[in-house]
Amino acid sequence: MTVRENTISILVNNKPDVLARIAGTFSGRGFNIESISANITRNPEITNIIITTIGDQETVIKLEKQLNKLVDVLEVRDLTDVSSAQREMILVRVKVIASDRDRFTQIVDTHSWKIVSTDADYCILEVTGDRQGIEDALAILETIGMEDFVRTGVVALKRCPPQQIG
Amino acid sequence: MKLTGAQVLFKALQQENVDTIFGFPGGAVLDIFDELFRSDIRHILVRHEQGAIHAADGYARVSGKVGVCLVTSGPGATNTVTGIANAFMDSIPVVVFTGQVPTPMIGGDAFQEVDITGITRPCTKHNVLVRRIEDLGRTVREAFYIARSGRPGPVLVDLPKDVSRAVIEEKDISWQPNILNNNNNGKYAFTSEQCMKALDMIRNAERPLIISGGGVLLGKASEEFRAFARTLHIPVTSTLMGLGGFPASDPLWLGMPGMHGTYYANMAISHCDLLIAIGVRFDDRVTSKLDAFAPHAKVIHIDIDPASIDKFVKAKLSIVGDCKPILNFLNQCVSEKGFTIPEGQTREWLNQIDLWKEYAPLTYCRTGKTKPQHVVETLYHLTEGKAIITTEVGQNQMWAAQFYHFDYPNSFVSSGGLGTMGFGFPAAIGAQVARPDKLVVDIAGDGSIQMNIQELATAVNYNLPVKVVILNNGYLGMVRQWQELFYGKRYSHSDIADVPDFVKLAEAYGAVGLRATRPEEVESTLRQGLNEPGVVVMDFHVEPEEGVYPMVRPGAPLTEMVLSKEEKAA
Repeated sequence: MTVRENTISILVNNKPDVLARIAGTFSGRGFNIESISANITRNPEITNIIITTIGDQETVIKLEKQLNKLVDVLEVRDLTDVSSAQREMILVRVKVIASDRDRFTQIVDTHSWKIVSTDADYCILEVTGDRQGIEDALAILETIGMEDFVRTGVVALKRCPPQQIG
Repeated sequence: MKLTGAQVLFKALQQENVDTIFGFPGGAVLDIFDELFRSDIRHILVRHEQGAIHAADGYARVSGKVGVCLVTSGPGATNTVTGIANAFMDSIPVVVFTGQVPTPMIGGDAFQEVDITGITRPCTKHNVLVRRIEDLGRTVREAFYIARSGRPGPVLVDLPKDVSRAVIEEKDISWQPNILNNNNNGKYAFTSEQCMKALDMIRNAERPLIISGGGVLLGKASEEFRAFARTLHIPVTSTLMGLGGFPASDPLWLGMPGMHGTYYANMAISHCDLLIAIGVRFDDRVTSKLDAFAPHAKVIHIDIDPASIDKFVKAKLSIVGDCKPILNFLNQCVSEKGFTIPEGQTREWLNQIDLWKEYAPLTYCRTGKTKPQHVVETLYHLTEGKAIITTEVGQNQMWAAQFYHFDYPNSFVSSGGLGTMGFGFPAAIGAQVARPDKLVVDIAGDGSIQMNIQELATAVNYNLPVKVVILNNGYLGMVRQWQELFYGKRYSHSDIADVPDFVKLAEAYGAVGLRATRPEEVESTLRQGLNEPGVVVMDFHVEPEEGVYPMVRPGAPLTEMVLSKEEKAA
């Protein structure tokens, strides 16, 4: 079986220890969480956790079955092979020299990045994109004075609506 | 009316028809024990919390009800962890109540504080820290629901002291379990199409075999299972956890498969063309080398846990659900539609199995010193196979499984998945509490019995007349056997001979102690011990270097069996 990156969306009860259970199921079954993002859904008692992990399909299915056994897990959706939109976001701090500001603004505009805040010397940018888009953006940002960045986990949404639960 | 947290707890226990608790008090549960003082519920005070959890486990296995255990915070809680993991591996419904320091102190390294929900997260089916008295009633009910539903398992409920002491208006309590996740229930209902397909595969099989496991017992489906196998005349092998699910005295029964299974069960697995797996999870001790397991077979896998399907062995057809209604449905189809396997289609197969049985029956060399198998066999004859047998772990467990032929469900109580030494004796106490009418015997080794020997006090105190049969070979026998076979006979730290004197030890606890050092004393000692009204420890000095055979070496295919010590030497 081919090893690949898998995107799993997990709907859980919004309780303090649920993330620990999910993380424990991954580590206990020998999986690494490559990226994670979590937040409440339309129903604030339900949280959607989206995790990407590396593994072959057969083993990931076994993992999903184990996740499904957790009492606080309401649904596990594998988004790897279904048509879905996937995005990550980075916040980037760039040092901007006054004389370069025009060129900098031009680059930002060209890539449709967003300036979140700015002062005399620094600028914070917001960039969203899929995995490759973020990698490409980071490569460019490295060349124009990026000092630091933070990167979210993947969020993913199936293109056609899944059945509602609850 | 106002209720304290402790009163809410007991009210919830009453709603769950709990009549027995195994436990040990301590600071964080004093309010609960104070309420217990006024309660009708029977409490069995053990001498170590591990004893309590194993006793609750044994109680659950024999009664078919949920076992209940109550201990204090910190060390009281951590002492139950082995027993919780044990119940988890064997899918036994147990609810464990642990005390916890008061909620304002949680996280501050208080005296006897431990994060027990954190510690037991990977070895419980579910666990929960109750932070508000409003949630207590509902949470307790949910714990019982989760423990017994679907694939059963242990649930831990952590009760901070201030929650047990808090007071609530009865009308403000919610008792209704609120569980959104139905993964264990309706979601995986079987279909008649699946069952018809199974019957179709059975109709076309020339060499069918059933492998049954603990799921048949947990699903209380022994009767349906018997009818199924007998009507279709399909031979049966049962895993350690499945012993008693099909009568060992039935000619269709092939004994246990796997590492210390029978030659004929392993050969049947290796040559069958259809393997019907019911309530098994294909443990590595059963399959041995996975690539060589049932290489010619299509597999039908019936199990309540979807995660067991295709975990190790690929199923051609899987039916996820409770095996009782599934077997019921299959039986109904068979009887109503006149379903049969065509006459003579499996005759050659059944003849072949008979030849395997003749070639290598389960046996041992009867000369020389007392043989442990002889002790178990004699116990079987004297009790007419009707005792409840618990075991420790190691050689004693395997000899009990091989030579006490289990005809009845829930009569064999053993630590299958975790392999917990020290399980058998407290489990026997729990079994005896559940079935005061039955003779309960713990078949033990001289190593294992010392891991929870303190429970002799419990058995004597409550007059629970458990009989302990120690197969005393002066070694940690299974370790010694592996060292003999795979480590050049270097018996590194497996020799425990001569200490203690089990007869004196029994007497010190107020039990009866008996000893047999020669083969001719075996029967008379057993007779005497079994006839005693109280707790008896029988110390049988057996051949120190007797091994458990047949044996499949770890990682070898099931067809490569060492049949006896002599064969190994040859």
